[in-house]
Amino acid sequence: MTGTNPLLDEAELRQMTTEQAMIAGAEADGVHVVHRRDQFPVPGSRAEKRAERAVASLFVLSALAGVAFIVVFVAVPYSYKTPGHSQNFRFYTPLLGILMGLMLTLLGIGAILWAKSLMTEEELVQDRHDVPEDGPEQVMTGATLVSGVYDTGLPRRSLIVRSLGLAGGAVATVPLVILVGGLLKKPGKTLDHTLFAPNPDFPGGIPIVYSDGRRVSPNDLQPGGIATVFPGVRGGVHGPRSASSPTLLIRLRPGQGKLVKARKGQADWNWQDFVAFSKICTHAGCPASLYESQTTRLLCPCHQSQFEVLEDAKPVFGPATRSLPKLKLDVEVVDGAQYFVAPQDYQEPIGPGFWERS
Amino acid sequence: MTTTQTPTRRSGKPRTIAGKSGVWIEERFRIAKPTRGLLNKVFPDHWSFMMGEIALYSFIVLLLTGTYLSFFFDASMGDVVYNGSYVPLRGVEMSRAYASTLHISFDVRGGLIIRQIHHWAALLFVAAMLIHMLRIFFTGAFRKPREVNWLIGLTLLVLGVVEGFAGYSLPDDLLSGTGLRIADAIILSIPLVGTWTSFLVFGGEFPGTEIVGRLYIVHVLLIPAILAALIGLHLAIMIRQKHTDFPGPGKTESTVTGIRFYPTFSAKATGFFFIVFGLLAALGGLAQINPIWLFGPYNPAQVSSGSQPDWYMAMLDGSTRLFPSWETRLWGHTVPALFWPTVVLPGVLIGLAAAYPFLEAKLTRDRARHNLLQRPRDVPVRTSLGAMALTFCFVLFVSGGNDLIAKAFDISLNAMTWGGRIATLVLPPLAYVVTYRICLGLQRHDREVLEHGVETGIIKRLPTGEFIEVHQPLGPVDEHGHGVLPYAGSAVPKRMNKLGTGQLTHVRGFFYPVKEKPEIAEKLAALEERERAESERHAELTD
Repeated sequence: MTGTNPLLDEAELRQMTTEQAMIAGAEADGVHVVHRRDQFPVPGSRAEKRAERAVASLFVLSALAGVAFIVVFVAVPYSYKTPGHSQNFRFYTPLLGILMGLMLTLLGIGAILWAKSLMTEEELVQDRHDVPEDGPEQVMTGATLVSGVYDTGLPRRSLIVRSLGLAGGAVATVPLVILVGGLLKKPGKTLDHTLFAPNPDFPGGIPIVYSDGRRVSPNDLQPGGIATVFPGVRGGVHGPRSASSPTLLIRLRPGQGKLVKARKGQADWNWQDFVAFSKICTHAGCPASLYESQTTRLLCPCHQSQFEVLEDAKPVFGPATRSLPKLKLDVEVVDGAQYFVAPQDYQEPIGPGFWERS
Repeated sequence: MTTTQTPTRRSGKPRTIAGKSGVWIEERFRIAKPTRGLLNKVFPDHWSFMMGEIALYSFIVLLLTGTYLSFFFDASMGDVVYNGSYVPLRGVEMSRAYASTLHISFDVRGGLIIRQIHHWAALLFVAAMLIHMLRIFFTGAFRKPREVNWLIGLTLLVLGVVEGFAGYSLPDDLLSGTGLRIADAIILSIPLVGTWTSFLVFGGEFPGTEIVGRLYIVHVLLIPAILAALIGLHLAIMIRQKHTDFPGPGKTESTVTGIRFYPTFSAKATGFFFIVFGLLAALGGLAQINPIWLFGPYNPAQVSSGSQPDWYMAMLDGSTRLFPSWETRLWGHTVPALFWPTVVLPGVLIGLAAAYPFLEAKLTRDRARHNLLQRPRDVPVRTSLGAMALTFCFVLFVSGGNDLIAKAFDISLNAMTWGGRIATLVLPPLAYVVTYRICLGLQRHDREVLEHGVETGIIKRLPTGEFIEVHQPLGPVDEHGHGVLPYAGSAVPKRMNKLGTGQLTHVRGFFYPVKEKPEIAEKLAALEERERAESERHAELTD
């Protein structure tokens, strides 16, 4: 069905009421008014006034909520206070939320109520104009496109086509090269090393420190205790490369040190009952930080991989595949006190797997 | 037809300022006709069509609140010692990004509520898009000619998730930093290019000093610009192709029935925008979200147990938890287990969703245009496939919080993991079968009511002593007393107080139907008649 009513001329339209002209316009657009009715045919009836008052009171309440919002925003204290002082600031954000929510929601409900109960009720049917396809238009547009291609002579000038393809390829590639080239960083062997790697400043091995920089002494830990330790080099605790540093130092219960099933050639990597493993989970890189000293299991809280410390931190449950890399421990004596050092770096890449990891 | 109170003034020369400015614009731009077309666009009325609106309005709220936040946020990983008003973190070394987020939360008047509205709006944005997409899927609205808009919508959903993740990583707190660390592990897990890509994204080894600044520009410029452009395109195509509608009396493939954009629909839509915004504002004020000051600044050595990402990431978290430890090492190269549940799985799911409209059209050999929707029960295979996919995703979603469930219900964590692994394999096919049976049952019930009528609840005793229940036929009956109305793809009234709704053109209103208006029925019958004549003439012409 076609929506074109024979277009009326301007003079005829100007003689119409606005509603008639509106309907004429809708018809011209293929929109047919099938029903149109004022919800309150008798103006000023009690029902109409009631509906009008309902909408208006929602708008007024919305405005009041807005005023209250401004008052709260300006007058209520919002600064954080430690417990023991007035905690009134805790009401600040909730109050703002309630008032802003009321202001907006009441305005919204008012608008919808207005549309539903007061605006002219109507029902329209619009032609989609999508079936059948506009055959002649299609043919003419297609012909225009194809004839344009012939006008350029592209179908018989393959030299231009190919050279243009080359130029287009270059123009498309250069920005990509600029972007990627600027961003690219060669990984090299970076992931194979951590900051425990040998450092000329520390010929006796890298000092093992706490996050505040204090050196770690064997006497600091109770049997069954753990500590998160770091390489005591520049940027070892904080810094852009420190994500590979965190190491879990575990003091097993007396005698358990001997039970650790060390890998070949790693038997002397413990120091008495102390063992040190990378804290970075070999699955997705979260710190595997929950240690249960009774079961000697380590749990990574992100994806629940579990590692058995006595079996050289072998994964025993969950998605991790590889054991946590082990750090060789040694002790040096400074001013009569013993301190841990790492005589060598981890002997395999720590953390999640990657393609180049053999 | 017209019984309105519109003043009977003539549409003569404009005299008001508004009218004169209209003429001024028209004399320069000549847009009277296209403007009128837009104002007169007819919108059908159904509650399920509002989901996309919610997504659109949340996006607007995100733009408004996000612009505000950008006035205060400092996207830098440079070190600073906190000295603001949140006493517990004073003296702590942190990045400027984290410090400025604390500043927004504690020292900017009203900053916290805007931050929280922004976060809630992001959650709602993705949720509304997903539900909108499910509505489109289960009613078959993606069929020809709307496949392109399906693909645009899918792209919007994926971009929305990426945008959400980027935004949630910006404060550089312990929770989001842990998320970024996992994201880095996911990038590293990609064969061949993983390591190089990770170094490209982070500007070196994780975490480096670049990532927050880069995520910031991605979050505030790159993705929002693409989102805005695609939303514009999505809506333009929707206006061009016009809305789909549910079948029903008076509804045809070649017409759309409803109310005009101007004035009633736009008034309702504006009202709805304010309601969505108002609810988000109330949530932002009353429901705490992402209290980064409790997590502390990011530190690669720390993590809190029970860490949960935003809801749309929970599914990936779950798949990561459930996937077995199948790391492969071949010819000196490693493919980490992480690769499969976090790169391959989402890739496959998105690919399947993108291909679905084309696959369905190919398998059902359906090349027709469809403007009328289908009821999910009438397409049991599609509905069951959807239920299967939803069940699969739901198991992964729940598994994303399996540690919390294990803790709350005192279940072994390992049992939860194994339960999830088994459930991902067993429940989806089960959901398929169950949904299929439910669809068939609903179909049969529709046919039964059409044939035998609605149960009236009246028990009648026949002279023979037999008890029967009286059924109310829906329409004319044949000589056996069986109804002759065919199933028309629309809801069949099944209770006595629903009788009559079958003839109604529109069951408007959420809670009660608008009464039938005889003149609507007449008009529509006339239109339908015209339509039939038209199509017959067309058929003759083409024969």
